[in-house]
Amino acid sequence: MEKMVNVYLFGKRYQVPESLTIMKAMEYAGYQLVRGCGCRNGFCGACATIYRIKGQQELKTCLACQQQVEEGMYVATLPFFPLVKQVYDVNVIKPTQQIMMQLYPEIYSCIGCNACTKSCTQELNVMQYIAYAQRGEYEKAAEESFDCVMCGVCSSRCPAGISHPQVALLTRRLTGKYLAPKSEHLINRVAEIDAGDCKAALEAIMNTPLEEQKNLYNHREIEK
Amino acid sequence: MYHYTQEQLESMKKVEATRASRRENLHARMTAEEKDAVLAEFHPDYITSAYEELKVGKNKGGKVLHELADLLQGHSRVADMDIDLTKIDYDVDVLVIGGGGAGSSAAIEANERGANVMIVTKLRLGDANTAMAEGGIQAADKPNDSPATHYLDALGGGHFKNKPELLYKLVNEAPEAILWLNNLGVMFDKEADGTMVTTHGGGTSRKRMHACRDYSGSEIMRTLRDEVFNRGITVVDFTAAIELIKDTDGKVAGAVLLNMETQEIMIARAKTVVIATGGAGRLHYQGFPTSNHYGATADGLVLGYRAGAKLLYPETLQYHPTGAAEPTQIYGALVTEKVRSLGAQLVNKDGEAFVYSLETRDVTASSIIRECRERGNGIKTTDGEGVWLDTPLIDIINGEGTIEKRIPAMLRMFGKYGIDIRKEPILIYPTLHYQNGGLDIGANGMTCVENLYVAGEAVGGIHGTNRLMGNSLLDIIVFGRNAGQQAGEKYKSVELKELTLDHVKAFEKELEEAGISTEVRSPKLLPDYRRKAN
Repeated sequence: MEKMVNVYLFGKRYQVPESLTIMKAMEYAGYQLVRGCGCRNGFCGACATIYRIKGQQELKTCLACQQQVEEGMYVATLPFFPLVKQVYDVNVIKPTQQIMMQLYPEIYSCIGCNACTKSCTQELNVMQYIAYAQRGEYEKAAEESFDCVMCGVCSSRCPAGISHPQVALLTRRLTGKYLAPKSEHLINRVAEIDAGDCKAALEAIMNTPLEEQKNLYNHREIEK
Repeated sequence: MYHYTQEQLESMKKVEATRASRRENLHARMTAEEKDAVLAEFHPDYITSAYEELKVGKNKGGKVLHELADLLQGHSRVADMDIDLTKIDYDVDVLVIGGGGAGSSAAIEANERGANVMIVTKLRLGDANTAMAEGGIQAADKPNDSPATHYLDALGGGHFKNKPELLYKLVNEAPEAILWLNNLGVMFDKEADGTMVTTHGGGTSRKRMHACRDYSGSEIMRTLRDEVFNRGITVVDFTAAIELIKDTDGKVAGAVLLNMETQEIMIARAKTVVIATGGAGRLHYQGFPTSNHYGATADGLVLGYRAGAKLLYPETLQYHPTGAAEPTQIYGALVTEKVRSLGAQLVNKDGEAFVYSLETRDVTASSIIRECRERGNGIKTTDGEGVWLDTPLIDIINGEGTIEKRIPAMLRMFGKYGIDIRKEPILIYPTLHYQNGGLDIGANGMTCVENLYVAGEAVGGIHGTNRLMGNSLLDIIVFGRNAGQQAGEKYKSVELKELTLDHVKAFEKELEEAGISTEVRSPKLLPDYRRKAN
């Protein structure tokens, strides 16, 4: 028999095997999840969760699908948090400092408490990327925030009401579209295809008899 | 924290001992005959007892896995409901079912064409396998590459079964898809001069795998989602489509919707419908764990099939070679193929490489199963067995810091359990990853049912019977956009007649006549992981 631990789901005690994640513990306890469950692999941010171990002062945060249960764990899930998402036309905005002032002016109210960074389920330096965003250093903000899964825990802890994941997303889109260098080889290939330059070779392979296709495939040159 | 067993620790020492010599001496690639042999004997698609013949529908007489047959031949969720089709809750030009990469791409393109578009998704927008795709997206955009080369790679990888007109579209529009994403603001990995950083995937003959670290799908998904919101496209979340509606001409004309939380039923009327519901990993075919999203339950296949659409290659699934085998908390989670693209090798309990690391996925997965089952060279794990994926080779080959920079999600996923993949190899075993088959469409994205379009993993035929890494993120963009463009034009000439669910009644009758007695209601919508033995 596997060792069991006591976990308190929304305050109610359940005994569950100690090997389970919080998410699986909820299911073990009998919850059929709809909210608060997404990819189950740490990529979608649906299962943001706050917990405290009985007797400890510190509030901890995690993704329920990525965190193993512990004895005395008090769990509250955060399946939704009202982040502010400003709408904009990505083809019209420009990567200037003004755009952040227009769309997300609250970032300038950051009081530097660092609660966002401390609470990040991905262990990102959230306050740092907000600082970069304030200064219009979008490439740095994009780089620093890249692994964000937009779970929203940072925003739930922010006294200034900042929607960090949305700020980060804006900096990444600005970076990807405007600030990162253009890929000439990509632009050239699209032009070649549009001009019909790639058509003949494609059709030639399509119209090759099956046995010859197999032969071509089995003897194709492979780049080192 | 994960604690290795004594057996695992001893085996790990052997992996370390052979690392230096393995780095220099790569395992040979298989010949075509060797590949055929290992597939026939060890690939799960070849286990005939896992399959059964369909008794109703367009694919009657064809074989599918039991788990899918149960759903395709299950009762409609609306069979016993009293549904008033004259009470329209939503009236739109294009209804997109599913809020992943394909659905979002379709919605954006249809919106671009002036259509009134609505996305319904049973969870949140962006809850999809798209967001979990780690490794990358293929496109032949380098000077030494071409769409024709890409075509041949995908054709051979798909065992020459790919539908030619679909594969043509996939490879020919791939560079444009990358450019479209880049122009939306997706941050691809680039060199300082803008050159895309590209690597090999299993079965590629050119380095054409574009990536956004190992958050490729996540980066694409969050950008597409943001764009959907920026355009003000209607998104109805936590709402599943549980049946398609037709009009009295037999054309698809909307869907019956179910609020996942309140159970409220609503009616959406639409001039065109795009099914973009994704895959089926959560059906756990043949008992496999899965790398898929919680909502991957083949809903679109069920809806389409009941409406009279045909399935192509529904019997072929992709078992990704490298699902996590330990720790048990992440059993079945995806370990991206990019790990092998960067040089990690597959190694058995004695520290020997037993397969070339970048064979196609079906061949690699079969080789791992053979190594464990037939040769007894697997390592015991909590949930079964596995082999090593020797990750420390990556930094040895590419320089220190590569793992941190190129596959941070993997470093994080194992790091949470105290496993440092820069220093220790990891244990893996194949995991159910992708539905190669799906609904049959033409190059215009439409099924044989008028005005019913399909995009993304719910489509069958693009990849033949085995998809290459990086061609799925590609297909959701190419065929998602295509479906949106086509539906976004087609609706302009559609005149809807009276709505009906007669096709559902007819299907129920067909079930009865075939002597099928079942309790199953489909689509499944979500798996049930609650503990049964209370």
